[in-house]
Amino acid sequence: MTLATRIAFGQELIDIARTNKNFIVCSTDTKNCGIDNFGQLFPNREYCFGIAEQNLVGSASGFAACGHKVIVTAFATFISMRSCEQVRSYICYPNLNVTIVGTHAGLQDGGDGATHQAIEDVAIMRSFPNMTIIQPSDEVSARAAARSAIDFAGPLYVRLHRDSVRNIHEADDYCFRIGHADILRDYGNDLAIIGTGILMEKVLDAADMLKEVGIKCRVIEVHTIKPLDVVTIVRAARETGAIVTVEDHNIIGGLGSAVAEVISENLPTILRRIGVKDTFGESGDPESLFTKFGMSTNHIVEAAKEVVLLKRPEAWEG
Amino acid sequence: MDNRDRALRQMMNSRSFTCDDIAFLRDKARLIRKDIIEMIHNVQSGHPGGSLSAVEIVTSLYFHVMNIDPRNPNWEKRDRFILSKGHTCPVLYAALIERGILSPSHLSTLRKTGSLLQGHPGINTPGVDMPSGSLGNGLAVGIGMALSARMNRQNYRVYVLMGDGECQEGMVWEAAMAAAHHNVDNIIAIVDSNKLQIRGRVEAVLSLGAILDKWRSFGWHTIEIDGNDMEQVLQAFEAAAGIGKPVVIIANTIKGKGISFMEGDPEWHGKAPNDEQTAQAIRELGLEAM
Repeated sequence: MTLATRIAFGQELIDIARTNKNFIVCSTDTKNCGIDNFGQLFPNREYCFGIAEQNLVGSASGFAACGHKVIVTAFATFISMRSCEQVRSYICYPNLNVTIVGTHAGLQDGGDGATHQAIEDVAIMRSFPNMTIIQPSDEVSARAAARSAIDFAGPLYVRLHRDSVRNIHEADDYCFRIGHADILRDYGNDLAIIGTGILMEKVLDAADMLKEVGIKCRVIEVHTIKPLDVVTIVRAARETGAIVTVEDHNIIGGLGSAVAEVISENLPTILRRIGVKDTFGESGDPESLFTKFGMSTNHIVEAAKEVVLLKRPEAWEG
Repeated sequence: MDNRDRALRQMMNSRSFTCDDIAFLRDKARLIRKDIIEMIHNVQSGHPGGSLSAVEIVTSLYFHVMNIDPRNPNWEKRDRFILSKGHTCPVLYAALIERGILSPSHLSTLRKTGSLLQGHPGINTPGVDMPSGSLGNGLAVGIGMALSARMNRQNYRVYVLMGDGECQEGMVWEAAMAAAHHNVDNIIAIVDSNKLQIRGRVEAVLSLGAILDKWRSFGWHTIEIDGNDMEQVLQAFEAAAGIGKPVVIIANTIKGKGISFMEGDPEWHGKAPNDEQTAQAIRELGLEAM
């Protein structure tokens, strides 16, 4: 059994904290990423500000303005919206060294329902100047993301998830480089599937299913949603001519939008976006929600077939 | 004996200022008022009322109370100042100019493209410790700065100047709760209680109720003064040191203080004086226009 990205990230933070004394944690009243004992393990390095996200982020800004590296942890919905303006004006505007960890992102939050399923956090964070956004896809990349976050300087949003998914990366040869999209499969140039976060396992499954029916795709994982790896995405557009994006987020403002912006400006390319289609989520088992909301492996396969068909000129005529 | 009497007694026992200090600070306050009027007149935009009500508070901080180094505004161990009521930044900019942290040449650039003097405090102005302007945020930021001092074993203090209308923001009370919970004893909040906000009297817009009781019940030590009386302001800052818990000074002030036609008139919250009004204001201050 693997660990959920939020727990893996938290465990790694604790491990890093044993040798790196240069960061503190500002937290809320949640047990959202398994570091509730941080303050006991490392006295005077955790400050809990209770159920009050605005003050949480404001205080983190004050710490950072005095030279501290600060990790702020909270649910993605609340940190991106309850304290939206504090992140914008007191972290991003002064360009402070604060890592904001938002957990329980997307429909994968499942039973908690629409109020807790962050489907717009990336859209919000992406529109703030100075902000960098990363999202791991499994335990291995979550651990690596924690190390990258601690080494990073500046405003950083880390998007993490409630439930565990299978590991799609090998710990031994995995390298998490902020700003670089990774090509996970290169079966051919029929299309590129560009995904992010915990749906990457479905993207890989879809790629294998497509391969079996003779459609060869390139799988790109975008763990850094901002700044986007423009070179890798435009090259994929040029070499495949058809793109499907996959994310557990509203298709408005997330990875799908980011890819659409880049290819529209550089090389207009057929695109389908898998994600939450501008609607609110609901309670349910994550897998049943992904099926209901058009985000299952089968939906990815169907979208891939559609774009491959559309990119052939003769398909337009029929 | 209530808090105020106790504080006053404490002040009388150990004063760190003289009559000369008060005279010096009153002169500086007049210059700062003049700078405020000229800055806002020049660009025909800005907030004179709440800038003028806070002049004694800001003047005493920059010229007497705060431990700062004008030649090194980013000195690590300096006392911090956050103008949480950021729209009244002309008073801060005037203090930075009169203290020699900013050149007087900036006076005519307020709110103009490329200026260091943004319409609300920004990120590039020497001597400005944090952007502000969205009301209610300064106290939270101040808590982080104050706790940082404790972590780093430094003994600087953090001063946060808020408006009374600003206390309508819920986040102020999140921060008030957090400061007491974390025993932040090196933060001093000042509420510039000028009783007016843009739409009129604070009492009429959204009453703050028993504001002193509110702060006390949140675990703060309170001091109430006439915030336009330089001597009382100095006494309050002296009394606020070493209390052992967060301190709030409720400074009763007059909006537009020092300019007869602006005093107590909410119209002057965000209006610039014309040429004639500016000339009259400078005359009333007993100073010559630049």
